Amino acid sequence: MNTINIVSRRGFLERFVSAGALIIGVPVLDRALQAADVDNAPFHPSVYLGIEPNGTVVIIAHRSEMGTGIRSVLPMIAADELDADWKRVRVEQAIGDSKYGDQNTDGSCSITNFHDAFREAGATARMMLENSAALKWNVPASECHVKFHEVVHTPSGRKAQFGELVAAGIKQLPPKKEELKFKEPSEYRYVGKEMPIIDLDALCTGRGKFGIDAKMPGMVYASIERPPVFGGKLVSVNDSEARKVRGVSDVLTLDGLTLPYGFQPLGGVAVIADNTWTAMQARKKLKIEWDLGANASYESEAYKKQLLDTASKPCKPIRNTGDVDAEFARAASRNQKIHEAAYYVPLLAHAPMEPPAAVAEFKDGKVVAHAAVQDPQAAQDIVSKTLGLKKEDVTCHVTLLGGGFGRKSKPDYVAEAALLSKKIGKPVKVAWSREDDLHFDYYHSVAGMYMKAVTDEKGRPTAWLQRSVFPSIGNMFAPNADYAAGFEMEMGWVNVPYTIANHRAENGPVKNHVRIGWLRSVSNIYHAFAVQSFTDELAAAANRDRVEFLLDLMGEPRKMNMKEDGPHLAGPSDKLDKFPLDTGRWRNVVQLAADKSGWANKKSTPGHGYGIATQWSFNTYVAAVVEVEVNAKGQLRIPRVDIAVDAGKIINPDRARAQFEGASVFGASIAMMGEITAQDGKIQQSNFHNYPVARINEAPLKTHVHFVASNETPAGVGEPGVPPMAPAICNAIFAATGKRIRELPLKKNKLV
Amino acid sequence: MIQLKVNGSARQFDGDPDMPLLWFLRDVLEMTGTKYGCGMGLCGACTVHLDGAAVRSCSTPMKDAAGKSITTIEGLAAHGDHPVQQAWKHNNVPQCGYCQSGQIMQAVALLKDKPKPTDQDIDQIMQGNICRCGTYQRIRAAIKEAAGVKA
Repeated sequence: MNTINIVSRRGFLERFVSAGALIIGVPVLDRALQAADVDNAPFHPSVYLGIEPNGTVVIIAHRSEMGTGIRSVLPMIAADELDADWKRVRVEQAIGDSKYGDQNTDGSCSITNFHDAFREAGATARMMLENSAALKWNVPASECHVKFHEVVHTPSGRKAQFGELVAAGIKQLPPKKEELKFKEPSEYRYVGKEMPIIDLDALCTGRGKFGIDAKMPGMVYASIERPPVFGGKLVSVNDSEARKVRGVSDVLTLDGLTLPYGFQPLGGVAVIADNTWTAMQARKKLKIEWDLGANASYESEAYKKQLLDTASKPCKPIRNTGDVDAEFARAASRNQKIHEAAYYVPLLAHAPMEPPAAVAEFKDGKVVAHAAVQDPQAAQDIVSKTLGLKKEDVTCHVTLLGGGFGRKSKPDYVAEAALLSKKIGKPVKVAWSREDDLHFDYYHSVAGMYMKAVTDEKGRPTAWLQRSVFPSIGNMFAPNADYAAGFEMEMGWVNVPYTIANHRAENGPVKNHVRIGWLRSVSNIYHAFAVQSFTDELAAAANRDRVEFLLDLMGEPRKMNMKEDGPHLAGPSDKLDKFPLDTGRWRNVVQLAADKSGWANKKSTPGHGYGIATQWSFNTYVAAVVEVEVNAKGQLRIPRVDIAVDAGKIINPDRARAQFEGASVFGASIAMMGEITAQDGKIQQSNFHNYPVARINEAPLKTHVHFVASNETPAGVGEPGVPPMAPAICNAIFAATGKRIRELPLKKNKLV
Repeated sequence: MIQLKVNGSARQFDGDPDMPLLWFLRDVLEMTGTKYGCGMGLCGACTVHLDGAAVRSCSTPMKDAAGKSITTIEGLAAHGDHPVQQAWKHNNVPQCGYCQSGQIMQAVALLKDKPKPTDQDIDQIMQGNICRCGTYQRIRAAIKEAAGVKA
């Protein structure tokens, strides 16, 4: 994979660039195994850059834009290395195509996995233009340099526009990867700068096109009544009233899914009409009999007891250092205090502001879709499987996404639109209502955790036991995945960074009764809540400063080696070889958060507290200090958050900062009010009145983001800010009130 | 037949008078800058101005828009350069951007009533507009910048 080749102009890029364009294709190394991937198939990501004869540089954004700025920031890396004028760069959004390599914009890995590829694409184009100019002028290439969208012959001052050099450039062999020369950081125009995103103007004027805004000629609108319980089946439908509604053209039934659920549509009854509202209204007139199936007895309170009960007993060891049982027995024989605590985090919904939406047309045996998807290749997959087509007969255009948070990497809604189009012979838009979104999400796992420790005279644990039980995302891909998948255990469970002689992590079995899926930062949310809350409890018991206690537990800076730190069943993937878990970097963000928040000089008082929590996720080290106020009525305010971040090299500081500002709100929302519950197998929440999310008057008032200056490999920024928030808020509440929160959300707890 | 003005242009509608204005704008006029988020007036993504006042178009039936003048994000300023839009861009407010049409329309209405808003004014008037990406502190900063008050 070290060669750089020119891709055929007649290939799949011709839709984006005009004939005669110079196109650079750069295959790159396999990406690191992404956390959410269950199959370990190798990937060969590629990125592409073209220069048109008029000098316009065309850069393909193959990752989805859901608010991180990725479709601007990755192209900027290539443009910078090419020294292109950003005003003369056109970014084109890629369709789903395996030739681009992985497109699942998920797992906070777009920059990590594609930074080098875009840099190489830009450097390759730059060298080829310089070589073209050298041929044209009959001078040594070493005397020709790209400077801001021109090639300059330095000795003579002669200049050539990019466009003039394209024809000659096409005839050259591209340089080998090892011949590429890269800019010095001091030469960057865009990298490391606060460049605005390309969509900024469109997003402030209503011109941004999202999935729900997509149109196709002759399109009709569908609203689908899905089985109210996961796995339920349609028995019968009386649609006579629905069909009487003016504007309704059809009512159709859709088959239910089979396990494992994957990205399959849920089935149900679809009403087709000439606008969204009519379809939604007529749907209410359907009279449907369902076979609710095996999950109709699912009930959240009973399930919670089951999780916590399972966690209270021995489970499957995942990490085992020293001899926890012997140390607990020794401590018991000495009548030492045993610290125990159980923690609980409920089901959560993604609730992106744009509910799932897609338009699709089936015609002549092929499907064309326009959809808000995080992974257009997954959309190709499920559409082709659902309709019995070949994957290459499905074209998926990617719109802007009105939020994603993991929901839109599961493209069941694209398959719904394609299937309906095939049935009625017209393009169909499927726009989920908010009620659909909350009733039929791929929910973030509900989790029960049990923690137990004994300590020495300084409060330092001499034995530490942690158990978690939650329905696994693995159920998406294989039925009866009762235990956690390896990647779930690696999200803050096997890799607790403390130096404790006797340390065991366990996981227990449980069945899922709803679709479980990944949500922004995934298992890190409940794992960090348990580990960072329990750490605070031990520090409180020993009356020690939280920052000093954390640093003490983390010990001397070291690279964690899970193979030596103890035998375990689910080992960290090879990503730990590429991204060693460096407790020195981790300690540093704890200290930085403390310093920047003024921790040393801030003392908690009744009603006013400070808390800290820290988590490593997506190869990024994060620590958050949260300030809370709790008034006499028990109302919570969060005036200030300080988040310290080591995410390696930062490409766009403004967009990276925005991700942590947003994660502060997202994490606070989880802590304060996030809760999905089921009764008789049905989800009880339906809209923002009973699934509230943080509003401007509830969110942290000000979040200060502090990046560690670093030249390490860029790591994730989209998700890692979320996990420390809930425990940091709850630790601050304890500091302010003495009330320990072990169950989320806070709205179910009385704070005074 | 319902007659109304949208961004200065005369429009008419002969469908169900209970259909919300949102869907008339989006599906009939194909003006998609106004967004659907909840359909119950809970999230503010669909905010437009009706005779100059901010309303939730998802919960405003067409019969209530009869004879009225509607302004949407597309009609706020000819070149997208309303002072609030400029402040939004200057502060790089949007992340995904889906809710921002509604946020901007609500903020314009806020500044009309309170040209120099306090934090409490912003909390009170903007709390009906949800941003799931969590751009609230930049929304607050942009409103203050547009109003010329100290952040």
